Amino acid sequence: MISAIKLAPWLATIGLFVIWELACRAFAIPEFILPAPSQAIAALIEYWPAIWQNAFYTFWVTLFGFGLAVVFGLALGLVTGASALVYAAVYPMLVGFNSIPKVAIVPVLVVWFGIGTVPAVLTAFTISFFPIVVNVATGLATLEPELRDVLRSLGARKIDILLKVGLPRSMPYFFASLKVAVTLAFVGTVISETVAGNAGMGHLMLTASSSFRVPLVFAGLLVIAAMGVGMYAIFAVIERRFVGWAFRGGEGV
Amino acid sequence: MTSFVELDRVTMTYGGAGNGTPAVAEASLKIDRGEFVAMVGPSGCGKSSILKIVSGLMPIDSGAARVDGQAVNGPLTMVGMAFQNATLLPWRTTLENVLLPLEVSKTHRRSFRRKKAAHIAAAHDLLKIVGLEGYEGHAPHELSGGMQQRASLCRALIHAPDLLLLDEPFAALDAFTREELWGVLQELWMRKKFTVVLVTHDLREAVYLADRVYVVSKRPGRIVYERPIALPRPRTLESTFDGNFVDLVHGLRDHIGEVRAA
Repeated sequence: MISAIKLAPWLATIGLFVIWELACRAFAIPEFILPAPSQAIAALIEYWPAIWQNAFYTFWVTLFGFGLAVVFGLALGLVTGASALVYAAVYPMLVGFNSIPKVAIVPVLVVWFGIGTVPAVLTAFTISFFPIVVNVATGLATLEPELRDVLRSLGARKIDILLKVGLPRSMPYFFASLKVAVTLAFVGTVISETVAGNAGMGHLMLTASSSFRVPLVFAGLLVIAAMGVGMYAIFAVIERRFVGWAFRGGEGV
Repeated sequence: MTSFVELDRVTMTYGGAGNGTPAVAEASLKIDRGEFVAMVGPSGCGKSSILKIVSGLMPIDSGAARVDGQAVNGPLTMVGMAFQNATLLPWRTTLENVLLPLEVSKTHRRSFRRKKAAHIAAAHDLLKIVGLEGYEGHAPHELSGGMQQRASLCRALIHAPDLLLLDEPFAALDAFTREELWGVLQELWMRKKFTVVLVTHDLREAVYLADRVYVVSKRPGRIVYERPIALPRPRTLESTFDGNFVDLVHGLRDHIGEVRAA
């Protein structure tokens, strides 16, 4: 028998779509205001070649920006987490930077790099960078004082403490942040494509909405959401695989 | 003969002199090599601070701290430590946790790979003494609290330290497990003959394990009473019900009462 927990997300999602569908029909909402899911799915099928092409593009741009965020986020997280001085110096700056709406920097990126792929990659990067840094730094900075004493009295080098204790300890935080970061990366890419793109889901949806093809816009939203959920699920599996020890007693152990 | 550990009128304040009430004031004690000493006192009295001074983790304001004839001025590598929390690394097996000190310590890390087989044999030996044979490959969360604490003791002893510092190592355990571990610790000590400083607030624990018990006053901690425990070894749980044992515990109890009231 399949457990209720496993079924719950599917039932809840289907339930949402059913309510949405019924509401659209019951209140006779015009499709250029809020299309019913059936209309969005019809648009999805009708425009599939264009959607597929743009989704593919958005996916790889996102993954590229996210990949950069992982590399640089991990590196900066390690440096800030390992040194209280760097942490104190850099942290306010990071918070400030994270508070800037990323849509505001897209025009600047366009001035620097022109319209196209580069601003989208960089927007995905900047938006998904922060949670990775913060989580890795937190994981490193939360070493138990007793263990620190043990290691200090052994004369352990900083690099040994980092590699043997700090890094493994921060890995659960790191993998948890990847799940969040990858969904944010999609947000970044689509923002950039909407503001200044010539391809991708953002561009497609902007074009569609300017010609009142709202069902197509919603088809795009569904595709982006599906990609986000898919990537989240993949990183959740990777998390269990690599830091199963952090889920004591769970089925992942 | 000079003592192995010697504190001479040591005063220590967290954050350095002039930063409020000292944690330890004018504390003096002498511990011989191979001796088992316990420190008892009300909670927050600076017992743990004395351990930190001896281990060199905390600088002193005034007085003198010497270990093995050398003034203490920095963390000592000849020290093994265990605490109330076992602080095992959850991603390592029991065996790997016990081996950690050898991987990172100044004196062993270069030769660790070369001597790995010998180190693993030594770890097995220790784990066997504490009754963890067969649990080498288990993760810490698969062990009970008492078993984790046993593993933590092995980790503290794997690099054959001359001095073992224990900060309420059994305080978080249930009474039965705690009394069982007294026997384990006594056995380890009788076999390996290291020097022990045990901080505890359990008077029976102190009398069971120690050759000598120091009573520490309320903060700022100073040594107010010293009591040799001349009971024969190995001591057993039965012996804790003997008249001698009970009298010693009562004697210490009275002193603690005075200290708390003062």
